[in-house]
Amino acid sequence: MEVTITINGTPVTSDVEPRTLLVHFVRENAGLRGTHWGCDTSNCGTCVLWVDGSPVKSCTMLAAQADGHEVTTVEGLEQGGVLDPIQQGFIECHGLQCGFCTPGMMMTGRWLLDNNPNPSEVEIRDCISGQICRCTGYKNIVASIQWAAEHPLTSEVTA
Amino acid sequence: MQTPAPVEYARATSVGDAIALLEKHGDEARLLAGGHSLLPMMKLRLARPEILIDLNDLDELRGIRIEGDEIVVGAMVTHAEILDSPVLAEHYSIFREAEKVIADPIVRNKGTIGGSMCQADPSEDLSAVGSALKGSVIIQGSGGKRSLALREFHEGPYETKVGDAEILTEVRFPIRPGAGSAYEKVERRVGDWPVASAGAFVVVAGGVVKDCGIGLTAVGAEHFCAPDAEAFLIGKAPTEENLSAAAKLAADACTPYADQRGPVDYKLHLAHELTLRVLRRAVASSQGA
Repeated sequence: MEVTITINGTPVTSDVEPRTLLVHFVRENAGLRGTHWGCDTSNCGTCVLWVDGSPVKSCTMLAAQADGHEVTTVEGLEQGGVLDPIQQGFIECHGLQCGFCTPGMMMTGRWLLDNNPNPSEVEIRDCISGQICRCTGYKNIVASIQWAAEHPLTSEVTA
Repeated sequence: MQTPAPVEYARATSVGDAIALLEKHGDEARLLAGGHSLLPMMKLRLARPEILIDLNDLDELRGIRIEGDEIVVGAMVTHAEILDSPVLAEHYSIFREAEKVIADPIVRNKGTIGGSMCQADPSEDLSAVGSALKGSVIIQGSGGKRSLALREFHEGPYETKVGDAEILTEVRFPIRPGAGSAYEKVERRVGDWPVASAGAFVVVAGGVVKDCGIGLTAVGAEHFCAPDAEAFLIGKAPTEENLSAAAKLAADACTPYADQRGPVDYKLHLAHELTLRVLRRAVASSQGA
């Protein structure tokens, strides 16, 4: 079946089997490898991306379900050559070791801050509770999200 | 790599359209709501439908509203929407307390109440909530709609009274002025299925329990409820002694299995203790209201 998904503002059309998972459409058909493919069982959360602005685990959604919808991946965070504060936060606070969980952590972190600009540590930990860092670097991931909360983009930069 | 077996995909344009598709494809069709149980089961070949009928475009199945003396929750309302609903929170704190411990925030964005009920997992938390509150469901087929009490909804694990060409469209909960409610869950790790969970509502008036409902999940409680414990409490003062006796009756009616989440005696202990805790808090909340 033909599926068209607007990914980071660009429509991507592919002929895929209906059973194709969204994570594979994004990585293989759209060629965007920033979204990682991990446990396949909606436990690890490295495949988190946004569908219509809401984070989902893309290993547990069919590409067909996203047909006609807007997807945002980790590649869509940076705007005009400027890293999103959530990305900068992971740099500043050493929020990654091996980097495998990072795209999902950043997509969830950005979504949290969009809905709750000043989350407590408990709220951050709750929000990433469906995502696993096997380097166990949670302390720095939380610090990275806190850094991003403290350094929102100014309007001049986003304009 | 886990991928579902080949399957066809159709998007329903209305509830009527979905029912027509179900009638056309028979029991080889499955309705796709949040997909967070169905797709993993398809990956494991525990489910192998020939066609998925996607309900996600059906706005008629969304929304939480008050209708008369009932709260009506559309079948496609997500866990996240239940967690955030001021209407549900105003009448029953059990919803927030249960939803906070169902899966994780990302999964809660997709999973739906209708999907949870129809999946009928014997460890489903929302099934215990629905049974505790003595809710009902609306089931629609080409012949029309019927209402069914949630305490009569489950045939057994993963089996419900929804027919092959029927759709669960709404879940309804009676509003009970003055009711207090609570939910408690013990899980091995955040977001996991429960080792055991209990929920309850209690209406205390004139110093006695006027009405109550007790729900349990993951411990083999028939229809996720504890009717003997409820009957014991009605008309009695909500003393610690009476609540404890009711909690014991609730646990006595449970038949849990030993599995990787714990042995039978531990689960029975949890059924007793969690029931007692939710009864205490529901009573306090009702008396404070």
